[in-house]
Amino acid sequence: MAKKVVVIGGGIAGMESSAYLAEMGYDVTLLEKEDCLGGHLRNWERLFPTMRLGQEVLDFLKLGVDTKVNVIRNANITKVNRIEKRFQVELDRGASFNADALLITTGYDTFDATKKEEYGYGIYDNVITSAELEKMFMEGKNIITPTGKVPKKIGIIHCVGSRDEKVGNVYCSKVCCVTAVKQAIELKEKLPEVEIYCFYMDLRMYGMHFEALYKEAQEKHAINFIRGRLSEASENMDQTVMIKVEDTLAGKPLKLSVDLLVLMVGFVPSKGTKEIGKMMGLEFGTNGFYKTKDQHTMTNVSNIQGVFFAGSCTAPKTITNTITDARAAATTVASYLESYDLEIRTKAFFQ
Amino acid sequence: MVDFGYKIQADRQINLDITNKALANFVKKHENSFNTCIGCGTCTATCSTAKFTDFNFRRLQLFIRRGETANVKAEIAKCMLCGKCQLACPRGVNTRNVIMMIKKGLEAHV
Repeated sequence: MAKKVVVIGGGIAGMESSAYLAEMGYDVTLLEKEDCLGGHLRNWERLFPTMRLGQEVLDFLKLGVDTKVNVIRNANITKVNRIEKRFQVELDRGASFNADALLITTGYDTFDATKKEEYGYGIYDNVITSAELEKMFMEGKNIITPTGKVPKKIGIIHCVGSRDEKVGNVYCSKVCCVTAVKQAIELKEKLPEVEIYCFYMDLRMYGMHFEALYKEAQEKHAINFIRGRLSEASENMDQTVMIKVEDTLAGKPLKLSVDLLVLMVGFVPSKGTKEIGKMMGLEFGTNGFYKTKDQHTMTNVSNIQGVFFAGSCTAPKTITNTITDARAAATTVASYLESYDLEIRTKAFFQ
Repeated sequence: MVDFGYKIQADRQINLDITNKALANFVKKHENSFNTCIGCGTCTATCSTAKFTDFNFRRLQLFIRRGETANVKAEIAKCMLCGKCQLACPRGVNTRNVIMMIKKGLEAHV
């Protein structure tokens, strides 16, 4: 009989690792808390750096899980039991699933921008998040501000909830810089007359073709990049938003009124990541994501034998990185189930 | 003598080979967060003094690290020690203590 794997979380990582494991011949059950698969990918219209539709990637992932994976939607996990080397995952509606290995793919949530009170999200109407802007793109409506105006000036703030000790998140969320460039280009394509100002600390265009997208934003779309971090936003009488930064390259404080302020919210460990981790006794790292057993060589391995990780539950990742990580995790799970012991190899190597 | 219109300019390069790091080292020794600045400028953006004078805390502490300390005494006197920069700094730099240590360092070294 085929060995059983239960995958927890039906986002990108969960879908792709399930597809790989099912193709390898394992009996795979994918548990998703929502009523459909896809996670955050369902909320992003176009993807950097190709500008292709997110739906195309979602369709590809769906092909992988359609036939051989047992997908359980609206799955609310209440308990995970360990019986010797096997696991039993219990749901609130009484169902339970046995597994020889568990793969955790519980992902991230976007940073709650209300925690950065001085940026005015939830206080001033015309301050929105990158996720909300993407929702506007997704719905295909005309771009208007929450107070009903076609924006003439838009400010985009990088690193909201990332690289900020004041909110307790010291890490870089990796995707926001290039998302800002992507969204700025899309705004400019929809509203050719709009002026766009991106405020950054460092532009981290590390991915292949990210730098080219940045150059396109400058060259083709005349998007302004100002090296300075927002100290505070305030609302003008006409409900435009006044922002204050230091233009660090000019060496002078700078103020600007914008019709719309977009906050590039970073990654935080998802609610599900925290809950499942606590329930099972999984180790968390200093940044609140799951701690992998080795940062170089065992990136999919947890502190519990037979339990593995994939995707952004261990660190912020792009879609490309998440798919790669999901496939790596599938290989790691298979190695464990076939008694090819990854840990012995790496331990021996480092001793 | 014929004036050809040429003159010798003073070298304005930062010379890291001979730079004076005494003040930077003093501040670093007494306030460990001094070196963790990433130059984002949030301190200067929120600074009441910077709004009305050319006081720029980001630039000032960078100059100290580069050994460019000639104007530090006059510059640092402009700070009102209100501490807004410390509330805003994403790197957790203890800016008020950095300023106090710059003042102390100037007394000790300059």
